[in-house]
Amino acid sequence: MTAALDVKGLTTRFETRAGHVTAVNDVSFAVQPGRIMGLVGESGSGKSVTGFSILGLIDAPGEVTAGAVLVDGVDLRQLSTEDLRKMRGRKVAMVFQDPMMTLNPVLRVGDQMTMAVRVHQPMSKSDALQHARKALEVVGIPSPAERLKAYPHQLSGGMRQRVAIAMALLHSPSVIIADEATTALDVSIQGQILAEVRELADETGAAIVWITHDLAVVSSLADDICVMYAGRIVERGTAEQVIGGPRHPYTQGLLDSIPARHEPGRKLPQIPGSTPQLSRLPEGCPFQPRCPRATDLCRTEPPLDVRDGQAVLCHHPLEGV
Amino acid sequence: MTVPILMIDAVSKRFTRRPGLAERLAGKFTGGGKPVTVHALTDVSLEVAKGEVLGIVGESGCGKSTLGRVIAGIHAPTSGSVTLNGQQIADQRRGNIHKLTTQVQMIHQDPFASLNPRMKVGETLAEGPRYHGIIPADQVRTRIRALLEQVGLEAAYADRLPHQFSGGQRQRIAIARALAMQPEVLVLDEAVASLDVSIQAQVLNLFMDLRHDLGLTALFISHDLSVVRHVCDRVAIMYLGRLVELAPADQLYADPRHPYTRALFASIPTVGTGRGRFEAIKGEIPSPIAPPPGCAFHPRCPFAGPRCRAEVPRLTTAGPVRTVACHLNDGGVDMQKGAA
Amino acid sequence: MAHIGNVLVVPSAAPAETRVMRLRNFWSDYRRSWVAVGALVVIVALLVASFGAPWLVPQDPYDLGQLDWADAFLQPGQTGSGNYVHLLGTDNAGRDMLSAILYGLRTSFLIGISAGVLALTLGISIGLTAAYFGGRIEALLMRIVDLQLSMPAILLALVMAAVLGQGVPQIILALVVAQYAYFARTTHGAASVERRKDYIEAARSTPLPTWRILFKHLLPNVLPPLIVVATVQVASAISLEATLSFLGVGLPLTEPSLGSLISNGFKYIHAGRSWLSIYPGVFLMITVVAINLVGDQVRTVIDPRNSR
Repeated sequence: MTAALDVKGLTTRFETRAGHVTAVNDVSFAVQPGRIMGLVGESGSGKSVTGFSILGLIDAPGEVTAGAVLVDGVDLRQLSTEDLRKMRGRKVAMVFQDPMMTLNPVLRVGDQMTMAVRVHQPMSKSDALQHARKALEVVGIPSPAERLKAYPHQLSGGMRQRVAIAMALLHSPSVIIADEATTALDVSIQGQILAEVRELADETGAAIVWITHDLAVVSSLADDICVMYAGRIVERGTAEQVIGGPRHPYTQGLLDSIPARHEPGRKLPQIPGSTPQLSRLPEGCPFQPRCPRATDLCRTEPPLDVRDGQAVLCHHPLEGV
Repeated sequence: MTVPILMIDAVSKRFTRRPGLAERLAGKFTGGGKPVTVHALTDVSLEVAKGEVLGIVGESGCGKSTLGRVIAGIHAPTSGSVTLNGQQIADQRRGNIHKLTTQVQMIHQDPFASLNPRMKVGETLAEGPRYHGIIPADQVRTRIRALLEQVGLEAAYADRLPHQFSGGQRQRIAIARALAMQPEVLVLDEAVASLDVSIQAQVLNLFMDLRHDLGLTALFISHDLSVVRHVCDRVAIMYLGRLVELAPADQLYADPRHPYTRALFASIPTVGTGRGRFEAIKGEIPSPIAPPPGCAFHPRCPFAGPRCRAEVPRLTTAGPVRTVACHLNDGGVDMQKGAA
Repeated sequence: MAHIGNVLVVPSAAPAETRVMRLRNFWSDYRRSWVAVGALVVIVALLVASFGAPWLVPQDPYDLGQLDWADAFLQPGQTGSGNYVHLLGTDNAGRDMLSAILYGLRTSFLIGISAGVLALTLGISIGLTAAYFGGRIEALLMRIVDLQLSMPAILLALVMAAVLGQGVPQIILALVVAQYAYFARTTHGAASVERRKDYIEAARSTPLPTWRILFKHLLPNVLPPLIVVATVQVASAISLEATLSFLGVGLPLTEPSLGSLISNGFKYIHAGRSWLSIYPGVFLMITVVAINLVGDQVRTVIDPRNSR
């Protein structure tokens, strides 16, 4: 089976006062149709920049300097600006943390949805409206016909995010990239949306990249997980592998930091220090100064260690499961 | 329970936004332009014992942040009162709340917004205690340096500006600022919510250490049930401005009684429970401008009956040290003879 | 990493950034535009030349005893009775134009900068008060400001100057009245945003007294963009003063400013003596353009959206 999304060696650099900064460093992963890939990392890990890089949405002073992004076998990086624009929205869609990045505040939901439909598919206005209504139904919006007449500000935050997801779904894209799409929402609303996203992947066969800082969300939503640190994917595997038997000391540290995994009131095992600035990365493995397993060897580039499809970028990986 | 240090007695807070002149004029034609009232808090009563950490949990619009601000003296309650050690610190009259609120200090959610970007860390920490004469002038410098070390920072950081610090470090500074006032009560409003997990663990550990060393009394406001369980002794669940359940943390987590509490637990994703298990609460959170009649949760509640639509449930005991505001715990959801 | 008590010490923050480093960063960003660097050089040169005029130029144009009617209307480059070359010629009273222009520029700078600083102070006080207290105070103050902004500044300055009469303090007052509203509006906008931030609430809940919150917390955070506005407003005050003087309600020729020099020279512009008003005009234009260029570049550099 070919992957719906195959990212190979993606590298994005930014030019800053402090020199070149590699925000996304040789990132590779593939997502099969109908599967959800959770891309987890802390702030500054490069997870969002990865999402933008996939869609070719990096502006100066940043630049994608290497790699390939294959969507259904077509390399987005080889396309002309015009062709890439056509692919966006039709084959690859993005959902942002703030739905107002997608929604136009001065247009009724129905109007902007039909416009979005007709950009890529010529059809009559009423057919487009019908199409939009169905998309709203798919994401679990009650009485969609009424919502189509509403302006975005008349909807609640959760509703707006659903509309943004529905707009991403309009052209049945092969790939959906969601960047912290439920982070700003209340837990009960997040729960509703996550349930629908899961169903959506199963039913439409879309490949979804779910970018988030929240390990609990990916653990309950994703099929596969990539953990990012300082611009690199340090661990990649199925959700069971990564959550159940992490092999990278950083992943282990992250999981240990979660209060729910410990007896209340006990001190939490913590990763010392803080995330390094990309402009001042340590030598070799970027996690080495904070790592309990680090040795002198870790001052050299860590090797990629693969076992049962669980890949880890580490000199001294843990045993895992 | 020991003697309460902080007593919140039947506190309500309504925010009324009066329309401007232009809106009133426009309202003449459109029928709008009338004052809008948000019922942020309705009849909330709580007691906090010395040395206790009370968790306040709820979703947006539940009033948890407003409650924190009323206790910290930023908002005056519309009705009800807050007393600290028997002295009233917040009531309807503003103005005379000034001196006493030094004893309640607040830690905000976003450490990137809560520190004055143009004031050196040392000055930020020193100005409150210096102004109120909490630390003698000749000891301010030494105390501030000791405080910075107590929260795990270097004393030399006093001479730096906030933008040179990471989010976790800034939150430590904010904690130090609150501690510098030697408060009786700390109010932490989503204090770890904007931090990365690994940094969050560091700050939670710091909080637990400080609590142990200093015997802190705190209100820990959060939407994150797992964090609250980890650091709190008792937990209050709020929904749309009202307290719906109050219980010791272990009892609440083992056996939530209010349907909302149960639903909240079910909809929270947890690490390692396998995927695709979201028992989501149906429907949306109603607007605090027009809360539903009766029990505010009834439109989303799977157990709602006719009584829930008509009558606001009272807080009733549901065990020796816990209370819940649900008709299920108070005679059932059907209409009762006397109740209608 | 070290333990103090039982708390883990977080390893170093970013290295301390000193004032010198910030200045150096500012300069490295500023000098990216050669035009702006040039403009800055021009302003510094004009400031030095105008305030150093008594030591730089051969004649004191205020001292009528130094003027000689025989030297009237000398062409640029001619030598007069004082046995020195009048680089920019002389006027109808035999004033050396270069001397008059530099002295006039000094007056213009003095007026522009004082008016700018005073208008800034007044505008900031009004804007901060309105933004911090809100409610009726805000509505009242800002409606006055709005009303005033709806009138052309030149009109207001004209009326004020006509009422107050001629003289440097009168002109400064007229300019302050004409310009403070602009600062008040800008301050109000910036302060309304800052006021909602948590650090203000933190200061209120400490609690700190209102004056301290206003001046130690709110003001420092709204000041930087205002300083840019002030720079540009100095330029506009200078040209406003010149306009007033040109129209005859500003300064008399015995206290030359660039405006009164242009106005005086204008009478002879058709008599083939165009240098009398062209040279002061050129100096005015260079000054105003240079200040605006510097202001623009400072705005670009301190805008966080442009930071790298």
